[in-house]
Amino acid sequence: MYRLHHLLTPSLLKRWFASFIERHKGLYKLFTAVEKQVKGSAFGCRMCGQCALPATGYACPMTCPKQLRNGPCGGVSATGACEVYPDEQCVWVTAYERAEQEGRASDLTLLQRPIDHREWGKSSWVNYWQGRDGDLWTSDDGLTRTHLVLTDVRRLTGGGHK
Amino acid sequence: MIPPGDGRLRAALRSGRFVVTAEIGPPRGADAGAIAAKAELLRDWVDAANITDNQGAHTRLASWAGSVLALRNGIEPVMQLTTRDRNRIALQSDLISAGAVDIPNVLMLSGDHPTFGDHPDAMPVFDLDSVQLIWAARLMRDQGRLLSGKPVKPAPQWLIGAVENPFAPPLRFRAARMGKKVAAGAEFIQTQFVFELGIFTRWMGEVTDLGLEQRCGVLAGVGPIRTVRAMEFMQSKVPGIHIPDDVVRRLRSVPSDQVAAQGMTLCVETIRRLRETPGVAGVHVMAFGQEQLIPELLERAGIPPRTAAAHAASAEARTAGTGRVGEDDDAR
Repeated sequence: MYRLHHLLTPSLLKRWFASFIERHKGLYKLFTAVEKQVKGSAFGCRMCGQCALPATGYACPMTCPKQLRNGPCGGVSATGACEVYPDEQCVWVTAYERAEQEGRASDLTLLQRPIDHREWGKSSWVNYWQGRDGDLWTSDDGLTRTHLVLTDVRRLTGGGHK
Repeated sequence: MIPPGDGRLRAALRSGRFVVTAEIGPPRGADAGAIAAKAELLRDWVDAANITDNQGAHTRLASWAGSVLALRNGIEPVMQLTTRDRNRIALQSDLISAGAVDIPNVLMLSGDHPTFGDHPDAMPVFDLDSVQLIWAARLMRDQGRLLSGKPVKPAPQWLIGAVENPFAPPLRFRAARMGKKVAAGAEFIQTQFVFELGIFTRWMGEVTDLGLEQRCGVLAGVGPIRTVRAMEFMQSKVPGIHIPDDVVRRLRSVPSDQVAAQGMTLCVETIRRLRETPGVAGVHVMAFGQEQLIPELLERAGIPPRTAAAHAASAEARTAGTGRVGEDDDAR
């Protein structure tokens, strides 16, 4: 998964492509539907538009019934099952196992910022290539910046702020 | 280290003496007397008491109102705030309000999912998670800003608390997860019930390796099990509580009329061992509906009352031979 991610690494070409399809509604819709299909079947993606997968061992935190983006709640059973769906493994147990296996457990200690609920249904790949989700998580305590919210950062910079 | 400021809990954590917090579950009615009665029982024995926020996703009197009632009745509240029922607008509003009515401590958690409560049909909100809410709280207090960047003047000055469950998988991530809460701004942490000291001690070792106990007071969760039925309820109906086999065997091995006494003794032993565990700043006593047991529990564990007057009364009782100190030693 981590290797596959390289296919998505932002580049000038991808950025151009992202801004091109953003200008063409039909194309954007089609592209977003493809992303939904691919990520939906692979990760149970809910299309929050602000993908955390690279920092969560490729286990989608939005599939957690509490949509916790910073780690598991305290209700995980001794066997690692979700408190709400006892037949399913806690997504953060999966995240930890996968991340640790890949030597990426420290990814899970990054602080994940609150998400922007206006982004639901949008393409996170386009957002990624446009450099809009560079501020989704941080390794500092975030207080050096004036505020935590992604949306304002974006508004201030009028789009991509990378 | 925790910065200076007002509040009994803050002073206790800064003093380095063994801290005690307890829990007051608000009533389901518009009954101020229920909080007053529990405050009366606990006032002399605890540094602060959590006022739970619709605990177990069951609708109750609000934690902010319970906190105000606690203040009126001379006990310092820790206002719990879950992300389950409110979005970031309401959460930040409640945090500002807590500051305005002088609630000295707030504690943030995600909260039990609605499916466990009396309205399983309710909309689960979880707009923020607990780490993000702690972060938002510190941003508000220390930088005087909302998540939107808007100023908050004057900024509230509460102490920031959080929770951790050292017993829930992934176990090796739990100290790091506490680390995230500390990085976000948590100054004290209360844990889930400690029934398994082995796992707790290992977790505490990881916490001290990360140096977290220097920045954040760790209060270990304890509580007496009163009946086998209560134990089974905790195991099957309350998410995140792990009761090891030896504890189950111990409580099942005695006649039913002695389970309560055995449960008390077990809890006293646990508190004593926690006092000797490096890095533990105190205990958080959870005794739902059994708050009258807390003074006895603490006294038997050798933890004196918090106020000088109660301390003297307790010492007097001991010299008169009516106290319960040492009773569990005889029982062993």
